Amino acid sequence: MTRKRLSTAVALTAAGSLLAMTACTTDQSISEDGGSPAASAPAQTEEATTEWFDQALYDEQFEQRTADFEGDPEQPWLQYIAGDMTDTADFAAEGAKKVCFANASISNPWRQTGWITMNQQLKVLQDEGVISEMETRDAQDDSNTQIADIDYFISEGNCDAFVISPNATAALTPAVERACETGKPVVVFDRGVETDCATTFIHPIGGFAWGIDTANFLSERLQQGDKVVALRILPGVDVLEQRWAAAEKIFEEKGIEATDYFTGADPTEIKKIISDELATGDVQGVWMDAGDGAVAAIEAFEDAGKDLPVMTGEDELSFLRKWKDTGIDALAPVYSNFQWRTPLLAVQKIFAGEEIPAEWVLPQTPIPAEELDDWLKRNEGMPDGHYAKFGGEDLPGYPEVWQQRQIP
Amino acid sequence: MSTILDPAAGREVLQHNRAGRGERFLRGLRTPGGGVFILLLALLVAIIVINPSFGEPESLIRFIGRTAPIAIAAIGQYFVIVSGEFDLSMGSVVAMQVIVAGNLIGDDDSKVIPVLALMFVLGAVIGLINGLITTLLKVPSFIVTLGMMLALLGLVLFWTGGAAQGNPADSFRQIGRGGIEDVPVLGIIPYPVIILTAVAVLAFWLMRRPYGRTLMAVGDNDVAAALTGARVWWVRTRAFMLSSLAATVAGILLVGYAGVHPSVGRGYEFTAITAVVLGGVVLGGGRGWVLSAAAGAFALEALFTLLNFMGVASTWRPTVQGVIIIVAVAAAAQSWQRKRRGGSAAAQSEQQRITAAPEPTEGTDKGGN
Repeated sequence: MTRKRLSTAVALTAAGSLLAMTACTTDQSISEDGGSPAASAPAQTEEATTEWFDQALYDEQFEQRTADFEGDPEQPWLQYIAGDMTDTADFAAEGAKKVCFANASISNPWRQTGWITMNQQLKVLQDEGVISEMETRDAQDDSNTQIADIDYFISEGNCDAFVISPNATAALTPAVERACETGKPVVVFDRGVETDCATTFIHPIGGFAWGIDTANFLSERLQQGDKVVALRILPGVDVLEQRWAAAEKIFEEKGIEATDYFTGADPTEIKKIISDELATGDVQGVWMDAGDGAVAAIEAFEDAGKDLPVMTGEDELSFLRKWKDTGIDALAPVYSNFQWRTPLLAVQKIFAGEEIPAEWVLPQTPIPAEELDDWLKRNEGMPDGHYAKFGGEDLPGYPEVWQQRQIP
Repeated sequence: MSTILDPAAGREVLQHNRAGRGERFLRGLRTPGGGVFILLLALLVAIIVINPSFGEPESLIRFIGRTAPIAIAAIGQYFVIVSGEFDLSMGSVVAMQVIVAGNLIGDDDSKVIPVLALMFVLGAVIGLINGLITTLLKVPSFIVTLGMMLALLGLVLFWTGGAAQGNPADSFRQIGRGGIEDVPVLGIIPYPVIILTAVAVLAFWLMRRPYGRTLMAVGDNDVAAALTGARVWWVRTRAFMLSSLAATVAGILLVGYAGVHPSVGRGYEFTAITAVVLGGVVLGGGRGWVLSAAAGAFALEALFTLLNFMGVASTWRPTVQGVIIIVAVAAAAQSWQRKRRGGSAAAQSEQQRITAAPEPTEGTDKGGN
């Protein structure tokens, strides 16, 4: 009896620990971007939409999609929509400066591609004597780590300028404000924060524009009552939530039945979701909030022997190549990867005392079918995880550095 | 009664005790290890009621195919759990093998065989390390495999930076993605189904071999097993190796099924442990059937599919998994305990007769516990 009770206790302790472990894993998924263990099932809809949907922002981005951009279209990473400018005359200074970069993570192919491009841009600016060095701290998708990173930079970094790619909007706001209080230039890019204290905030048009482009594309090709499966990476990240908020609104208006799932970009989950959906009935369209895993989605249709769907993915080469191979009717929305070059170029302008846009909105143009061949040709030899609009063709090390994925 | 020690009478008792096949079958179903089959059947029926097209042979065989990796992982985990240990490194082994396949094979068909061999060697070595540290250095397996899980996860992240780089050659992916086509009725028999069948048969056979019996004895009471001359450390180490090898097979199937991504295999250890527990295998070792562990994996996946079809929000999934672990462990502990106390009349009567005193007093029947 004693032994039995003991082993029951052991078993329960073990189960308890297991639960604790499961809890840890789940917790993590909240702060992770891409490749997180999120599960699959229809996501709750109504509340989420109203929470993330912002009519003013939606309208603004709707307009920006067709807006005129200042600057050379050959260098889209320097283009911007005319608006308020920040005067940087006070920052003007001679000599090479030290840049401190607080990066959210490089845990998905989009961020890896951008990170490589950024480092090649850094080399150019170092050769020109603009930047002496860039000290980088990778927060590995953890907001707390990134806050600590920024505070470290402020107190001990000897930084002349801060570049911050925030992990989360609300959580990073106070840390960015502290960086601003140092009086040194602060450049924020990609995801935003809830303060405009930064010298400039660099980002492509945004999530609503992505949602509008993609949902309109699918709606034009589908009939009322057709079924679209929406594959989303994870909840809670503004740029991703806004993509879906816009798309869901449009699908609703057009009478298209859309079911959304969180996949964690895990191809196993994606395949299961599509297989289950195909077992329930036909699926005419697939919408994705990021291209990671698009290939698995198409494969699920192939494996089930069903007609391939109309689809929106991303400008990741794996998707573009599968698009070409299968000849599906598709669109590749772009969350301009070349934005990773812009922060360092902004730092250059700041120390030169040139005025820069307070909110630096970069172009964000999807790749339609007629441009597919061109983009594939331009990126020949690049790995599947590469992004077509990475914008680093004129940088040193092209194309080997990107082909070899030399991640510093 | 005095003839109880007579071999012939003994056989008579056993014969009497064994009852009919039907009754034994029913009694088996009432144990946690048997009940999971009923649960699985109920879940499948529920799914088909909600969504009749799931009941088509082709849909069913595809469901089996895509559940094969987790079922194989559960079978591997079974060996470790039944020996009284845990293997938490499973998910990371899967992820590592997926990345190894993706990075080393690339588009080169000729590398498929050598890399496959390398993957099995890697799997065996990881299991060996887990096993030896647990048994010889006496570090609890919970800690050893947790450490191994983190170490491998770090290796995978270092190697890939946390992002996918591209899929290996299609010939390799066929193992997990393809199948024998144009089969009557079923339409297709996916290779994973065949591999799962082979693994299940092997595991079933192994548990009937002296190794399996010893493993069970070690899990029940390792001191007693050691006293009978079993090399406990080696028996357990081999269980860890079986687990890592099962994770390797699951990884190979997953590369084919889904493609390369660092998130493939994440959380597999918990799904496998949940499946094993759901299959009525007792945490702590010594009780449970290997095929019930596989059935547990199917029941778990069927449950998730059912929740999916019912439109239950994804965020509930970890909660469901957690509740299942607690309920299954509690139920199994209760049920096995009752059995041990002598809940079954037949078992008690057998025990009574065998332990009956050589000089019985007339009119009393005080044998047993």
